[in-house]
Order: sequence, then C-alpha cells, then structure tokens
Amino acid sequence: MSSPRRSRFVAAGTGVLALIGYLFACGPAKTSSSMVGATDAPSRVYVAPGTQDEFYAFMSGGFSGQIGVYGLPSGRLLKVIPVFSQNAENGYGYNAETRPLLNTSFGEIPWDDTHHPSLSQTDGMHDGRWIFINANNTPRFARIDLTRFETTETIEVPNTGGNHGAPFVTENTEYVIGATRFSVPIPQKDVAITSFAENFKGTISFVRADQPGKMDIAFQLLMPGFDYDLGRPGKGPSHGWAFFTSYNTEQAYTKLEVNASKNDYDYIAAVNWKALEACKASGKSKAWPANYAHNHYDDNKHLATTEMKKSVPVILPTDCPGSVYFLPTPKSPHGVDVDPTGEYIVGGGKLATVIPVHSFSKMMKAIEAKAFEKDVDGIPVIKYDQVMAGEVQNPGLGPLHNEFDDKGCAYTSVFITSEIVKWCFKDFKVVDRVPTYYSIGHLLVPGGDTKKPYGKYVIAMNKITKDRFLATGPELTQSAQLYDISGEKMKLLLDFPTIGEPHYAQAIDAKLIKDKQVKFFKLAENTHPYVAKSESETGISRSGKNVHIKMTAIRSHFAPDMVEGVQVGDTVLFHVTNLEQDWDVPHGFAAMGSWSDAELLIMPGQTRTLKWVPKYPGVYPFYCTDFCSALHQEMQGYVRVAPSGRAVALQTSTKARPAIPAGEQ
Amino acid sequence: MLSFRARLALVASAALLGLMYVLPVWRVTLAAPQYPEGLGMQIWLNTITGIKPNDLDNINNLNHYIGMKRIVPESIPELRWMPVIVGVLAGLAAAAALTRNRKLATLFVVALVGLAVIGLVDFYRWEYDYGHNLDLENAIIKIPGMSYQPPLIGSKQLLNFTASSWPAAGGFAAFGALVLGILALWIDRAPGARTGHRVRVPLSAAAA
Repeated sequence: MSSPRRSRFVAAGTGVLALIGYLFACGPAKTSSSMVGATDAPSRVYVAPGTQDEFYAFMSGGFSGQIGVYGLPSGRLLKVIPVFSQNAENGYGYNAETRPLLNTSFGEIPWDDTHHPSLSQTDGMHDGRWIFINANNTPRFARIDLTRFETTETIEVPNTGGNHGAPFVTENTEYVIGATRFSVPIPQKDVAITSFAENFKGTISFVRADQPGKMDIAFQLLMPGFDYDLGRPGKGPSHGWAFFTSYNTEQAYTKLEVNASKNDYDYIAAVNWKALEACKASGKSKAWPANYAHNHYDDNKHLATTEMKKSVPVILPTDCPGSVYFLPTPKSPHGVDVDPTGEYIVGGGKLATVIPVHSFSKMMKAIEAKAFEKDVDGIPVIKYDQVMAGEVQNPGLGPLHNEFDDKGCAYTSVFITSEIVKWCFKDFKVVDRVPTYYSIGHLLVPGGDTKKPYGKYVIAMNKITKDRFLATGPELTQSAQLYDISGEKMKLLLDFPTIGEPHYAQAIDAKLIKDKQVKFFKLAENTHPYVAKSESETGISRSGKNVHIKMTAIRSHFAPDMVEGVQVGDTVLFHVTNLEQDWDVPHGFAAMGSWSDAELLIMPGQTRTLKWVPKYPGVYPFYCTDFCSALHQEMQGYVRVAPSGRAVALQTSTKARPAIPAGEQ
Repeated sequence: MLSFRARLALVASAALLGLMYVLPVWRVTLAAPQYPEGLGMQIWLNTITGIKPNDLDNINNLNHYIGMKRIVPESIPELRWMPVIVGVLAGLAAAAALTRNRKLATLFVVALVGLAVIGLVDFYRWEYDYGHNLDLENAIIKIPGMSYQPPLIGSKQLLNFTASSWPAAGGFAAFGALVLGILALWIDRAPGARTGHRVRVPLSAAAA
C-alpha cells in the first residue's frame, strides 16, 4: 500500500493534492527523517527500575468497554479500569456489589464501547478528582474516582442513539456533555425508517457532574435529525458555550457512506448552555416522560444501587432563542476542538482538504449582526465567512482531531494520509508533519484540552499496526506512538501496544493523582449489610433457599473454612470481607463450579459477594486466587453439599488459631 | 541548699520528663523489601501503637507466622505503671527544686538511673519473652534454634526483616532529664571538691 514515491512526497513536503491519489492508502512508507537518533530516543522514554513515570495517560478501551491506564513516557500499562464491560478478572459487573453499575432501562448490560475519557477540571485545568467516559452503544456516562481508580457512578442518557459526542467536561466540571450520534424517533416509537426526515430527531445533553453520586440529566436540547459526532465545551471567553459537530445533514438513513457525504458543508452546532440554564430556570423546558437508570456506588457500603428516573427536561431551540447556532463546516466534520485560549474552534472534516478554524469572537459579532444565511428548524446558520478565522491549507487528507501545545500550535491527526500535522494559529500554516504507523484516529497532548497544555509529547492512537509488533494471528494489537514535541520538529520516540481500541485519551501530571491514592478501605467504616469485621462476626444463616455465609479473609486463611448444611437447590452467597488493613494485600475468592459468577477480588477492608449455586452433591473446595502470602496455597476451604431435601445442620468452623484469637483482628 | 542554676536544671529535667507523656519513648522498626513504606511500632508511656495507624495489627499478623504472641498493649501492666513512675520522678525533681533540697535531688537522680536500668531490663525481658516463648504447636514457620528477640538497642536481622530498636523522642527526653539531674548535682558539688570558682554564690543569693 505504501510506496517509495509516497515517502518522497512527504519527505519533500510537496503538494498535498498529490496525496489524493493515495486516498485509501493505509499509510505512508517509513521515513527516517522523523526518527531521532538511536542514542536519544531510548533515554527520553526510559524510566529506570524503581523510578516512576511523569504522566498518567487514560486511554479509552474502545470495544473493550474499559479504560487503560498507562505511564508516560514509558508507555507501560498500569491498570485496566473496568467501566462498561464485565470484568471476570476482579468480578466487576458479576458480583452483587458492582452489578447495579451496569443497570439500564434494558436491564443489566454486560458490554459497551468506551470512546472519550475526560478528566475533571477546575478553572479549565485538570484537577485529578475524576475521569468520565461515555458508553457509545447503550448511551451512558460513567464517573471514575481517581483516588481509587474505580467506577463509582453511571447514568443512562435517554432520547439518544449512540452517545458518541461525550463526555467532555465544562471548565469547572459543571457538566459533562453528550450528543446523539444516531438520530432516532424521540420519544421512541415504531415508525418506518424511511420516515426519517419527519420522525427522527437528535439531542444534545448536559449532565450535571460536579457532585459525586448526583449525576443528573440537567436538560436535553432537541435538535434536527442529523448525526452529532463530537463536542467540546468552550473555555475562557467561550466558557458557557459548547460546540458539536454534525454530519449527515442530508438526513440519509441508508448507505450513509455515500448518501451522507453529498453536502459540501455540514454544521458545527454552537450551544449556549448558560442560555439553556436560564431558559430552564424560567420554565421553558418540558418534562418529557423517559425511563433511564442512575447507578451509584456507596463507598462505605461497598455496594452500588440503582434508581430509575422517569422524566427528563427537554428544551426546544424555538422555545429558547439564542441558545443554539449552526456554523457551516466543510465535509462531514468529525472532531471539534477548542484551543487553550478559548478563541478558536477547530473542525476536522473527515473528507475535507482544509482544516477550518472558527473564531469565537467573530461568531459573537456575527450573532450580534445577525449575519445568518438561513435557518434550519429555527436554528440560525451563521455565514461561513463571518465566523471563519482561517483555513489551514494542505493538512493532508482526512483531518480528524486536534490537540494543542503551550506555544500556540495545534497537532491534527490525519487519518487517510496517516500522519500528524503541526500548524500554528499565528498564520494557520503547516510547520511540520510526521507519519504514524498506521492510520491515526485521536491524538493526545498531556493537558491538551486545558488552558495550559504541557507541550512535551503528542501521542498518536493508531487503528492499524500490521508489521509494527510481533504478529498475533488475525487480530493485532492497536497502538500508541509517542512523539517529542518540545522542539520545532516532532520526533518519534516510542511505540507501545494498547488494550482494545483506544479512541480518545487524556494524560495528567502524575503529581495531581499519585499521592492521594487510597491504600486500603477502613474496616471500621465498612457498612456493607453482610460485613464481618472480625472472625467472631462470621457465620452462616438460611433464608428459604438462600444460604448467607459471612466470611473473612486474612493472611492466610478464610473464616469459616468449613461449611456444611448446603443442599442442591440452594443459592449460596459468600459474603467475604478482607480483614487486612495494609497496602497491596487483596485476597481473591473462587469456588469450584461457580457457573453464575466470576471470582471475587477483595481489596483490604472491602466486602464482596460471590453467588454460588451448587448443581451436584459433594464436597467442593474454595480458595484464595490472589497470591497473598507465603501460605497462600494453604488459604482454602470446603463447602459440603447435600442432595436436595436432605437436611444437614448448618455449621461452619475454622481450625482454632491461637496465634490470632477470633475477635482480635 | 541548691543553687539557682541547679534548681533551674531540675525544673528543666522535670519538664523533659513531662514531655514523655506526649512523645513516644522507644521505636522498633521492621525493614524488608516488600515494605518500602516502612513498618514499625512506638512504645509510649502508657501504650504501644503502630508508626502508621495499622502497623501494630500488621506486625501482629506477620508475627502469627512464627507463633509469636500478639502484642496487646492492654495486657502489659508496665504500661499502666510507667505514667505513675515518671510522674513521681518528675515530682521528685520539682520538689527538690522547690525545697532546694540536695538530698531530694540526689534521690531523684539515683531513682531515675535505677528505674531506667530496671526499665531496660524489663524491656529486654519482654523482648525475650516475645522472641522465645513461641506457640510452636501453631507456628507456621519453624526454624530449629531460631528465636525472634528484637535487639534491646541497635539492629538485628530476623528472617526477612531487619529489626531496629532505638530510643524515640521521649526516650531522648528521659536521657536529657538524667543529664540535667546529674548536672544539677555537679553544679552544686561539695565546695571542697573544687577551688577558685565562686561566681555561683551571688547568683544563688540573687535568686533568693
């Protein structure tokens, strides 16, 4: 697919129009000009044993439904945070404590597709409190608490089909924003798909996010039936606004590949959310019936619960004039990004040959002067030349996303020509370009969506790797590539593989997070309904067919470790509390033939529940799955199962351990 | 009759003893590669605590592998007596300063030295007991001939841990109190023992 001719073009920096011939090329040939000397790159990304990385990078897991946490600049994978997919590794989404986080109006959903992590902000800067991420398939948002790297809250978004333009945070984490990628009948109803233009609508959602446990759909703006792709809130002067790309303004409902690529211009929707707040406050929103789940994990109970909500505030643009405008933007724009000053709104036309840059101040003047070319369903369309600040020429083909540095320059990912293009706001001219291997989607500069990015690295997230890593059958890893951007020219330093498919990613100075990590949960504060805070509180009880076992785990035994009185037909609930109160001493728990649940991984001070439904009489072992101590292999027990109807007295015991009298833990 | 300076030294000595109520007296730390954040306990006049909130429980949990008794502060009677003993000692120093009674001052210093020695011997006995009287029936790790007595003072390798035992701030305060007590006696040593130094007398008179 790549050719020597192609690389000569890139190396010589000649006319990009020539690249059109390579429209569907997977990537450029390797060029040596962008590689640093073999002596420099290793030292820039080498994090010596015992030392730590400078940044945490949070990369969406894409179709894995999770978030991958990496250290930068080493590219080392530190953790996978389970969010929207069940994770058998630690029981997330299987055990009673975490399953409610996956609740929706459709029931429990075991999988989703995460795209865009967004770090919480205060005054336009990352503050290290939380990271949010979207579920694209069954529209939801999640909050991950960065003191523990665990999902603590999820909320479903009604009236939405594909929560793609989400969940970018506003300047003070007032809201996370969302937009429907697929317009759908709102409210849902059974209509002909061909009635798209008449029946299908879009929504833009603002979800209250500044208080943990209280995420709430503040309001939804009902939009024309287009596809809404990505969004970014304003910052600084444009704080109070948010910008969303749209495509398929053709309103095609079949063969979108062709039918939604006809218009020369689609729109960026500029939404004034402060105006929407005012309209809602003055009673201009309507409470539409809806059905959606809000799920919240209680830190002390170690248990998530679900609340179903039945109504959502909806605002029609015609009921709130001045709340939304359309900015014409070339060719099915994908990304929309706001620069650190808050003045420039940069679109990324998937099929465009320029990068359009809108000006916020020009937009405000145009609104003042009513420089509109028409309106669409009551939404004014501002004249392109009245809002455009400049067009970056020759950016390569298929510009998608932009991140920014601290020197007034932008880095645009360009998918079709597989490169990163650097250009600056002072003259909208391309100053550098480097190939990516291959087919870059999003890109990331640490702090790149804040008012003060760290102009140190840019990381490309690539969709295709082909020959870059050892081959692993038909499915290959996707990858990230780290480039140095501290100088005039970008320099490739490192390739590293990623989990799932990283779409967007964000990185934060490690100093903002690392020292506030929870090391263990305080046992004294554990209010789980089945907690056993010491071995003397353990026990077994029957409630109909359910047998509850309150169990404890501490190096290197379970209490109890012998359980009798269970019959076939019973459901056994092992409520295991980890009594340890020290850092890095999780215990695991698994029971043979556990067909309905995964294992448990129980953090110190935490309680987790394994549901175990025995099928056959016999005696079955259970054991600790996380190598906890020298006597880990001894950390085991048995549960005896009698045939159905044969009553054996419920009893439990643990061999006496005089070294640790029960009750003194 | 004690001079002003000697009395000042005794008051300071009593004050240092007072500090022992708010500062840990002794510190035993356990160092091993798996504990980069450290692990240890502090002995106070009236209790034993972990250096970090859960250290004592974690040490007890580790000790169960070798069959060592749990360290339970409530079961150590010395922790009930020590606040009283130190109070009496501080009272002696204060009384000596107040009454200018040299004999009382001497009694204070002798008692302090005596009780410090007894205290260290007692500490050694407890360490010996914890280190040797192991529950071998239920011990998980049994190494013939191995005992786990931590050092009285200094460092010692115990299996994978380097156990270190050193006075803590309160212990140094006690040592300072002793030095000040001896200094008080030395300042007002018998006049025949030295010659040609009379400066203290007017000061003493001025204080009176």
